[in-house]
Amino acid sequence: MSAGVDVGVWRALGLVLERELLLSFRRPDQLLQPLVFFLIVTTLFPLGLSVQLSLLREMAPGVLWVSALLASLLSLDSLFKSDADDGTLEQLALSGQGLVVIVVAKTLAHWLVSGASLVLLAPLVGTALAIPVGAFGTMLASLALGTLTLSWLGAIGAGLTVGLKRGNVILSLIVLPLAMPLLIFGAGATDRAISGTSTGGALYLLGALCVLTCTLAPFAASAALRITLE
Amino acid sequence: MWTWFYRLASPPFVYRVAAAASPWLLAAAAAAIGYGVIDGLAFAPRDYQQGDAFRIIYVHAPAAWLSLFSYTIMAVAGAIALIWRIKVGYAVAAATAPIGASFTLLALVTGSLWGRPMWGTYWAWDPRLTSELILLFLYVGVMSLRPAFEDPARGDRAAALLAIVGVVNVPIIHYSVQWWNSLHQGPTVAKLAKPEMPGSMLWPLLSMLLGFMLFYGAVLCIRLRAEVLNRERLSAWVREAVKS
Repeated sequence: MSAGVDVGVWRALGLVLERELLLSFRRPDQLLQPLVFFLIVTTLFPLGLSVQLSLLREMAPGVLWVSALLASLLSLDSLFKSDADDGTLEQLALSGQGLVVIVVAKTLAHWLVSGASLVLLAPLVGTALAIPVGAFGTMLASLALGTLTLSWLGAIGAGLTVGLKRGNVILSLIVLPLAMPLLIFGAGATDRAISGTSTGGALYLLGALCVLTCTLAPFAASAALRITLE
Repeated sequence: MWTWFYRLASPPFVYRVAAAASPWLLAAAAAAIGYGVIDGLAFAPRDYQQGDAFRIIYVHAPAAWLSLFSYTIMAVAGAIALIWRIKVGYAVAAATAPIGASFTLLALVTGSLWGRPMWGTYWAWDPRLTSELILLFLYVGVMSLRPAFEDPARGDRAAALLAIVGVVNVPIIHYSVQWWNSLHQGPTVAKLAKPEMPGSMLWPLLSMLLGFMLFYGAVLCIRLRAEVLNRERLSAWVREAVKS
């Protein structure tokens, strides 16, 4: 099997990424469901807490971030699952390209489909939660960095739980504690942007976490996949 | 060159060593904890600010320390097992997880009991409390991942990997919640050069810490024997050991 045509790392990365994106856009319902979930959860908070705009504005960063974490988690379950079920993942693992390349491509595709679309939707939710327009830049930057980091952390969790029957619950159980620093820095940056203080520190820390997970998580996730696939 | 290393880690050898060590460890733990409890509760001077309530530190601080210590042991044992394919490492990791989780819970409970008279509340969203709580969640994650696999060998490896990922994340979580907000007092004992505590208070604390570690070792030996027996239940030496 491994004696196929050697296409090189970047070409392989591009091919898997292209395939993932194509598959996602062929199933628009799966693409939209996490986004609708994100909208519904953010609607729940004003209904459950208060419709006063001043109070909402104080809650908004936390509400936005918790909803984004949950929505992103929702789509993580399917990151490797369907490919593992029909054997595609094993074929990819045997293709001669390192498993790391495949993990990187699939995780990037997951982020483009779920994380980046959450970022695009955030201004709408931000307006509904009375976040001032001046804070949108920080909010979007923090969400972009945070959802990418979460995709990497989630790839480790999804790799560990891919073969399990109740994998979804355990996935949330193991990924959410690891994602708590993201919530602290992400909501912190948005909060500071709303109150008009300096946001640099929190954003830099989010960036540092993003770089850390970008470099280490692919290896951890492919080790996890190797454990569950074997 | 490495054969002695592997022989050291062979299940029958570990089983015998754990059996031999556990009563000694237990006796030493009883002595150290006994001295620490009597001296700490009865003879150590009252704290000039906190009165007698400070005495909960003799349980709280060692428990909190052990909660981190056993997480490290769990991850290191898992890493050794993953890298050198030493099965006993998985048994050590599996045996440590519930002990560590119990110490974490004990630290949280004693801390909140102390917080009631001191801070006026059982729970505060303070960095140390929050990171200890997240540590408990990490333990729960590792403990629920292992049995979720039908193949125990796979569950072992997955749990070991998760424990290692957690170790990378624990300092990040710790500092993230520290920068988030702060109420807890700074460390007093960690500064070994010059503790901010008089000897009459410090000695029972150190004795309790030693006692907790010995107790951890004793419980680990007992749990490890059970783990090894269960994992090797189909092998000949277990049949021999159980028969005699």
